[in-house]
Amino acid sequence: MSPTPDDPTAARARRQQIVAWARDLYEDLDFGSVHRWLAQAPGRKACGYLPVYVPREIIHAAGMLPVGVHGGGSMEIIRGDAYYQSYICHLPRSVVELGLTGRLKCLSAMLFPSTCDVIRNLSGMWQVLEPGTYVRYVDLPQVNEPARAVDFWRGELAHLLRDLSACTGRTVTDEDLWRSVAVYDEQRALVQDLYDARREQPWRIPSEELYLLLRAAEVVPVEEWLPVARDYLSVTAQDPGRPRDNARVVVVGAFCEQPPLGLLKTIERAGCYIVDDDLLLGNRLVQGAVPRDGDPLTCLARALLFQHRESSILYEPDPGAKMRSIPRRVEAARADGVIFAAPSFCDPALLDRPMLREGAEASKIPCIAFKYAENTGQFQQFREQAGTFSDSIKLWLGTRAEREQSAPQGGAR
Amino acid sequence: MKDRSMLLQKEMIAEHFRRLEAAPQTGEKVVYTFVPGNLTELIRSFGALPLLPEINALQSGMRGKSKGYIAEAEKAGHSADVCTYVKADIGMMMSGNIGPTGTKLPPPDLLLLSYTGCYTFMKWFELLREKYQCPTVFLQIPYQGDGTLLPEHRDYVVEQLRQDVIPALEKVTGRPYDEARLRELLALSARAEDDLVAVLHSAKQKPSPIDSYFGGVYYIGPIFSAFRGTPEGVEYYQALREEVEERAAAGEGPMTPSGRLDDQQFRLVVEGPPNWTSFNQFWEMFSDEGAVVVASTYTKVGGTYDFGFRHDPADPLGTLADYCGGCYTNHNLPGRIDMLVEYVRQYQADGFLINSVKSCNSFSAGQLLILREVEKRTGIPGGFIESDLVDPRYFSAANIKNRLESYFQMLRERRRAGGQAASPAAPPAAGRAP
Ligand code: SF4
Ligand code: SF4
Repeated sequence: MSPTPDDPTAARARRQQIVAWARDLYEDLDFGSVHRWLAQAPGRKACGYLPVYVPREIIHAAGMLPVGVHGGGSMEIIRGDAYYQSYICHLPRSVVELGLTGRLKCLSAMLFPSTCDVIRNLSGMWQVLEPGTYVRYVDLPQVNEPARAVDFWRGELAHLLRDLSACTGRTVTDEDLWRSVAVYDEQRALVQDLYDARREQPWRIPSEELYLLLRAAEVVPVEEWLPVARDYLSVTAQDPGRPRDNARVVVVGAFCEQPPLGLLKTIERAGCYIVDDDLLLGNRLVQGAVPRDGDPLTCLARALLFQHRESSILYEPDPGAKMRSIPRRVEAARADGVIFAAPSFCDPALLDRPMLREGAEASKIPCIAFKYAENTGQFQQFREQAGTFSDSIKLWLGTRAEREQSAPQGGAR
Repeated sequence: MKDRSMLLQKEMIAEHFRRLEAAPQTGEKVVYTFVPGNLTELIRSFGALPLLPEINALQSGMRGKSKGYIAEAEKAGHSADVCTYVKADIGMMMSGNIGPTGTKLPPPDLLLLSYTGCYTFMKWFELLREKYQCPTVFLQIPYQGDGTLLPEHRDYVVEQLRQDVIPALEKVTGRPYDEARLRELLALSARAEDDLVAVLHSAKQKPSPIDSYFGGVYYIGPIFSAFRGTPEGVEYYQALREEVEERAAAGEGPMTPSGRLDDQQFRLVVEGPPNWTSFNQFWEMFSDEGAVVVASTYTKVGGTYDFGFRHDPADPLGTLADYCGGCYTNHNLPGRIDMLVEYVRQYQADGFLINSVKSCNSFSAGQLLILREVEKRTGIPGGFIESDLVDPRYFSAANIKNRLESYFQMLRERRRAGGQAASPAAPPAAGRAP
């Protein structure tokens, strides 16, 4: 239950309750919530997916629970390391560890999107290691000309729907698909609201809390998540906390292997409010609502091709877009600088970085860069880097309050 | 004395680079593209010249230049973690774009990005495009996630060829698409491919007249790069086949850095690309031990002809789609395992070895599982070494030599104990052959 308006104490309690719920889900590497959902009715099935983007509407319409598999955080890796050389990122080894320790047995299907060659090859490894699981490599459309790829992507969606509904034994109608589209439209809108609220009042929505809430959305049914997230928005509005004189930063490059929670906390405690990021990007790769001007699969296909946000995982046909991307994001978030934070050995993030950074530097946007792994445990170096970055921004640009006072319309850079 | 085929190859390459250098004057159009899934016949049917950045990168590695180029690229902000082919190429471009034969390389008139088997290619051309500001066309080749190129995926490739790639080539070259010409070139390709396959299959003989990895990379050079669909390509493969057949008839082995390898102690199958910066030293570590490579997967990155594929002039665009879809790293991991198991069996190998390169996630991610599975299915012990393509910092000669010596020692002991039989423990899975 949401507290009544103007009761900050109750609001604070409810916020703590929500964050604790989300943290429990985040820390539960046994996917207990998935097990509980499966146990609630006979014949239920769950479908896992790797980062970054899969069409969750299809999984949902087929009657399965979509479950994001985002690595193992700081879990101890015993067997997973034996499958990967030292120069491959950390994510696949923890995913293999989760698989080999039986923690992913609750998933009847696993989807591996075309994020990079590591995840691509992991799809084949899963076919060998987990022969009882339905495995599909989800080849996203990479194109010069979006219109050309609508049929291709629609075909992929139809194929996936056919296979997953065979898994559950359901006949999926257009109405089922529209229902799923509608509920994920709602989720996308709410995620956007949360991001907007953090951008406007980052002290009200600390990035750690936002992240935990979005991680919860990766494992619980969307219908269960929506009211909790709405509650979170409302209670944080009642008890927003007080602003600090922090620099505002966009964190770029952490779209696949997720940084440890401690890293997000460290950045904010060192004096940088995160006002935009790429974390769990799959939940908002498609921007806005799916159009309703055709059959549902075609509309879903069009939504990805025509409404996706810029990212490192889809081919960028516009030659200048990479250079413009950071200045545009910084402007939109009214940020002071950029932290490029990529997982070690992450080809998509690290190969994009020189282009993105060049664009940032051409616009005189202050930047720093570092690499992390999901199991990084020491944050001292990041604290120092982010602290110095925040100080230098404040020194050179003045505090945000001063800047906003001196800017003609307020808020402009 | 050098073989005729070697002289021919040298001359073909020199002439190609001469034409590339002169292109700004002669008006010949230059299309940058990649090895896996290259559309050489199509490019040439428009009278344009292909230029392959990976080949330049590996040549820079062989000629001792990649170290400096990589340093240039890293100084400019490229990460130490990413593919060194990309950095060697970008470093070369930043250093004046002088190609491997010492000639100046022209800028591209078109970047033709065929996305086959490796994600990094996409980023590589996004990076080049920033510098060259030239037209770019993208051909998406769906991955064989389910072990085959599905009919709808084949249609998608053909559609993109028709609607995107051909119009882009028409625009850049000012010539219309000439299907009859394309068919002629595809017929030339198929002839060269027949001869290449005969060469590769010759390694089934004992002793093998070829080394299918270290020698193999020279044999695939023309067909994987600019010379498919050319009369020079056909002539080269004819000459090569004749030489190999002569050696086979005489019971002779291939030339190696340690001399002619007639006394072949070990027959190996190798997975993964070679190291280029210490290529001869690396090869010697094998030839000194009497090890000959009888089959390798690296020599299939630009086409899996030995499993039956030939370019088919009767279906020009469809055959290009089949070709692109079938390149080695576009096969899923189970398909790659099947291929290795098949090689061990067909070529009666004593061992198989993985050279895992730091640069290449496309190859390397999953190789430790491949190792286990091939061991399990063939009953043959595998070896595992690590190096890099063109970054000399990751070639530790002493380390690799140690590992190889222990591996060969183990094979020797196994043989003494009577376990040298190369017959696989389990038959290869049916229906998996690519
Ligand atoms: S972290 Fe980067 S390299 Fe690793 S799986 Fe994800 S996208 Fe691929
Ligand atoms: S990652 Fe591998 S296949 Fe891709 S460009 Fe680099 S070396 Fe080539």
